[in-house]
Formats: sequence, structure tokens, C-alpha cells
Amino acid sequence: MQFRIDRRSGVTAHMQIVRQTKQAMRMGVLSVGSRLPTAREVVAATAINPNTVHKAYRELEQEGLVESRRGAGTFVVRSLSRPEAAAGSALGEELREWLRGAHAAGLDQDDVSALFTALTEERYGGPTPAPRPERGAPAPVRGVAAPRETNDTQRTSTEDAG
Amino acid sequence: MNEPAHRPFGPDDGPGRIAAADDGAPALEARGLGHRFRKHWALRDCDFRLPAGRICALVGPNGAGKTTLLSLAADLLEPTRGRLRVFGDAPSTPASRGRVAFMGQRKPLYPGFTVAEMLRAGRELNPDWDHATAERLVRQGDISFTAKVGTLSGGQRTRVALALAFGKRPRLLLLDEPMSDLDPLVRHEITAALMSEVAEHGTTVLMSTHMVSEMDQVCDYLLMITGGRVRLAGEVDTILAAHTLLSSRHRETDGPPDLASHIVVSTKTVGEHFSALIRPQGPVTGRWARHEPGLEELLIAYLRAPDSTPLLTASARVEASEEAA
Repeated sequence: MQFRIDRRSGVTAHMQIVRQTKQAMRMGVLSVGSRLPTAREVVAATAINPNTVHKAYRELEQEGLVESRRGAGTFVVRSLSRPEAAAGSALGEELREWLRGAHAAGLDQDDVSALFTALTEERYGGPTPAPRPERGAPAPVRGVAAPRETNDTQRTSTEDAG
Repeated sequence: MNEPAHRPFGPDDGPGRIAAADDGAPALEARGLGHRFRKHWALRDCDFRLPAGRICALVGPNGAGKTTLLSLAADLLEPTRGRLRVFGDAPSTPASRGRVAFMGQRKPLYPGFTVAEMLRAGRELNPDWDHATAERLVRQGDISFTAKVGTLSGGQRTRVALALAFGKRPRLLLLDEPMSDLDPLVRHEITAALMSEVAEHGTTVLMSTHMVSEMDQVCDYLLMITGGRVRLAGEVDTILAAHTLLSSRHRETDGPPDLASHIVVSTKTVGEHFSALIRPQGPVTGRWARHEPGLEELLIAYLRAPDSTPLLTASARVEASEEAA
């Protein structure tokens, strides 16, 4: 597992780590028992502040996805991958068949994405939030039965700054 | 896993974290600190704290007092007024000297020494010398131990100077413009090396820099000095969150009256487009587009308006009650 930090994305480094970890868990790159890279390994590759890595890991820990074990590292304790959501699953096969029909009907990729997004919202409710450019504003996590994401700890002491 | 011994996040840290090794003393604490060169006050009336475990950018225009502050912390200068404490002790005490490493702009190394001799000198001069760390930093840069220091490139010299600094096992590392003469690739490499040593040792870092955009993902604390005085001090996130960037189409250069209740840091008018960086002192009314500023935007606004009201977050303030002591 290697993190890529995009400094121009407008998404904070700690959110990028949180998202990339979850993505890796969904894709099965990280499974229960996998060790996350140490802060030192991450910063040696990305040249970011190690406190940022700790903050991201702590957030994942608060969501119950990983566990930090003293002297051993930070380990994945829950699975986000679902066999039903894999490309080769029965649902994936149905979607593939549907896409074949869409393609045959002359829909291009943007048409399909727009339709899919609209119907997803109809089913699951609410617009899918795009990555927001503000610092440390965590996007709600979808499809995860984890404890609710806490508000970003970055902002907790704002009132002290006045 | 090499968990650092510093935990700047407060008491709500998750399990498995190593508790702070400190007695809780801030890495730096200035009270009424001033330094005068002849008739010129390079620093004056400085009150601030830098908590342990932070990576702090020291920013300000040339001549603002950044090098003076670093030199005071490194015990290369003595305060004319007030006092400075490093983890609770005066910089001149032996305890303090052992805890602080300073890398000056010119990276003073002996050009005639080989890299190995330079490291040996470091070992002779420092009782707590960490040879493994110093060697690792040199080796990661593919620098030959038999090369003469005078023949090294700028990036290699910086790396050797960093190796000497970390070999001291400092709790506070002071860096004066460490990256200014390096190309972007070498800056990235040196920053990565610096960050991984910080991750391992939990070192507090105070580094002066003009490369604000590159510090964004590196520094979590900020100290801005202009004209010898502290303008901003505190957590980068907290400082950014305390500001709002407003913009709208307007022609008035003074800004609409509904800004009067806020602290206005700077305003800018480009054509019909009016924008203002403010510290909201209550709800912001009016039809504005609002954004949280980026670090670079914020610093440039403050550098343009050196007389704006200083902002110190709670962790950066010193209690007035102790001032008399």
C-alpha cells in the first residue's frame, strides 16, 4: 500500500490518506490483519508532516476500521470489501449487460454517468458530495456501517483563535 | 513501528500511542523577548509559545527578525530584553544546548574535511551522538564518506548538515532557510528525509522559509514575524479556520459597511471584483462568496498588511499572570 499525495487537488493530505486507505480496503488491497505503512514509511515517500499521517490513522481508528497496536503498528480490523460489489459478481454481470444495452442505444460515457448518478441519488438519497476544496472538511462516507464520522478535529479549537 | 514520542493532538489520542516524554514544557517560550543590534530592534516585545512536537514554519519578510530569533534559541545571541526558554530552560544552560541543534543558512561545514571526518567531529563534540542516524542520512543521499565536504553539491551539503544536526539527537531542531539554494527535486528528497527523522524521533522543528507553498503539507504550526514582532502564531489549521475570504462584485474600495464588525486583514479590488480577507467576529452578513483561505493566500495578505491585529491561538499564547514572575 502506497499513498499518493496530490498537492494540487485541494483535498487535505490527511483526507487523501483516509480515502486512499478506504479505497484500498474496498478493493481488497488491504484486508483484515493488513498492516498500514508506518508514518515514517509514508513521510519518507511523500515528504508530508508525520502528524498528518497520525491524524489520518486516528480518524480511521475512530471509525473502527483500523487499530493501533503499541510497538507493532496499525492494522486493519474490518473489511470494506463486499463480494457482491466485485466486478465479477452477479450484480456486476447485470450491470455489464445493461451497459451493453446503453452502448447499443448510443449513450456515451457521460450520458451513462449522468444517468447512473441520478438514479443512485434517487435510490440512496442526497447528492454525492464532490471532494470539497476546504481544508479538512471530511466528506461523508457512504456504504460504510461504521460509527458516524466525527467532525473534523482540525476545527475543534477554532474558538480559541479569535 | 516507529511511533514518535510526540502527540500534539491532545488527550483524546487513541490507544497504543506512546505518551509524551515531556514534562509538558513548550519547546520554545518567549516573554517580552527583544533583541537590539545597536539602535535597531531586530525583535521586540515577543510573547509566544511553540508547543513540543510541532513542525513550525517561521515566516516573514527579509529583515523581520527570523534569524535573530533562531540565533537566540540556539544561544548564539543573548536577549536584550525579556526571556526565552527552551523546554523550560534558558538557551545558555548545558541542558538546553544538548537539546537544540541549529542549521544556519550557510550550513557551516569544514570544506577540507571528508564526510566521515565531519561525522567523527560530530561524535567527538556531542556526548549523546547518534551515529546510526547520522550515517543513515548520509547513506540515503548516496554520498561517499570519503568525499571532501568542499566538493559536495548544495543538496549533499544540506544532507550532511542535517545528518550532523540529527546526530545530536536534538529535541528542537532550528533550521534557517534550509532549502533556499536547492532545486525542487532535491528539496523534496531533503524534506522527505527530514520528515522521516522527525517521525522517528518526535523532534520539534522550527524552520524559517520563504517557500510558503511548499510548506503547506509540511508545517502544522506557524510563526509569522514582521518588523520584529509576532503577527501570527498557532496551528495552521486553526489560523486558517479563523479567517474567511470574501469576494463580490463591488466598486467601493473601502468595502461595504457590513464588514465593520469584523477584523479586516486586507482588501483588494481588481476591476469590479472586490475581495477581503477577514477574521469574522460574528456572523458575516451580505451577499458574499466565502472561502477558507489557503496558507499562501493568508500569508501574502498578512505580509501586505503588516499592521493588522496579531493573532495567537490558545496554544501559542503565554499567560499574562506568569509574566510578572
